[in-house]
Amino acid sequence: MAEFTLPANSVIKQGKLFKAPDGATNTRRFIIYRYDPDSGENPRTDTFEVDLDTCGPMVLDALLKIKAEMDSTLSLRRSCREGICGSCSMNIDGGNTLACTQPIATIKGDIKVYPLPHQPVVKDLVSDLTNFYAQYASIEPWMKTDTATPPDRERLQSREDREKLDGLYECILCACCSTSCPSYWWNSDRYLGPAALLNAYRWIVDSRDEATGERLDELEDPFKLYRCHTIMNCAKVCPKNLNPAKAIAETKKLLVQRKM
Amino acid sequence: MSNSKHPTSPHLQIYRLPLTALLSITHRITGVILAFGCILLVWVLAAAAHSASYYEAMVPHLQSWYGQLFLLGFVFALYLHFCNGVRHLFWDAGHGFELETVDLTAKLAIALAVVLTVATWVVAGLG
Repeated sequence: MAEFTLPANSVIKQGKLFKAPDGATNTRRFIIYRYDPDSGENPRTDTFEVDLDTCGPMVLDALLKIKAEMDSTLSLRRSCREGICGSCSMNIDGGNTLACTQPIATIKGDIKVYPLPHQPVVKDLVSDLTNFYAQYASIEPWMKTDTATPPDRERLQSREDREKLDGLYECILCACCSTSCPSYWWNSDRYLGPAALLNAYRWIVDSRDEATGERLDELEDPFKLYRCHTIMNCAKVCPKNLNPAKAIAETKKLLVQRKM
Repeated sequence: MSNSKHPTSPHLQIYRLPLTALLSITHRITGVILAFGCILLVWVLAAAAHSASYYEAMVPHLQSWYGQLFLLGFVFALYLHFCNGVRHLFWDAGHGFELETVDLTAKLAIALAVVLTVATWVVAGLG
């Protein structure tokens, strides 16, 4: 059900201010969501004044600088720092994106950093994506076949059929899209969300997969698929420039077409 | 999904909804306005069908500021819902999902709804 306000234990309090070192002239304020599960207290936002003259260009650089120099308890996920792994997805300046590919310079004013929206928070910027991954697993993201593989070669695919996977296979499962979607906020217990649906479509259009009908059967559900109302937040935030809304529309089309 | 142990991260409170999302929620709101507005419009028609005296009693209300505001709001809601509905029709056919296109058609739908509302107002002699 749609709950537009935060539960009592999630209401955000005012936190601490960490001042920039003396002599820093080029500073920006980072307002960062903090939650410490051991304190028993509500989440808060701490403000960090970061000296940009001694900081890398991306928001992730600033977060790691804060962790290294100002408050080592700041928790976040990161790995590749180049937009490949999808670990550092979070809400920056009101939109979901990867901290590693988001330049500081293109953001106006104070830089607000929150965890991915409407998720259970484990600590600070780390949210619990168990449900998100379970939904991905539920679409059975692997090739399913009935026929035997040719004994002398791989399952081949024409150039044209391979091109149908472009714009789909690049998904890094960062969850930026699903957690930007109001439908997903209100119905993530039953709506699969843009990321899982984009990946479902990736297997539906794969010419080598032989379970297309079963895959469509699975999705033909008022909630799993049809909670998409083309709000378009998913495509707006995807750091890989993919378009889950389009993939969902194509899936809906296939469901209609097979009835005709 | 509210888990009592973990806090829920903020959503509507912090998300900067793009124009496309704002128009999406407006589409829903205008749909609700149209549903309730229809009841009021039927009331006006029923009054006219009932008797001249009933209708005459209603006219001052229709001409009052709140009556005019309701009519203007209803007409605008109708056109915005219609124009945005055309966008949905194209989407259902699999067209117009490019990021530039969704922004352009959002602005077009709003602009067209404003133009049609003003035109209706002028043609109906209400302005």
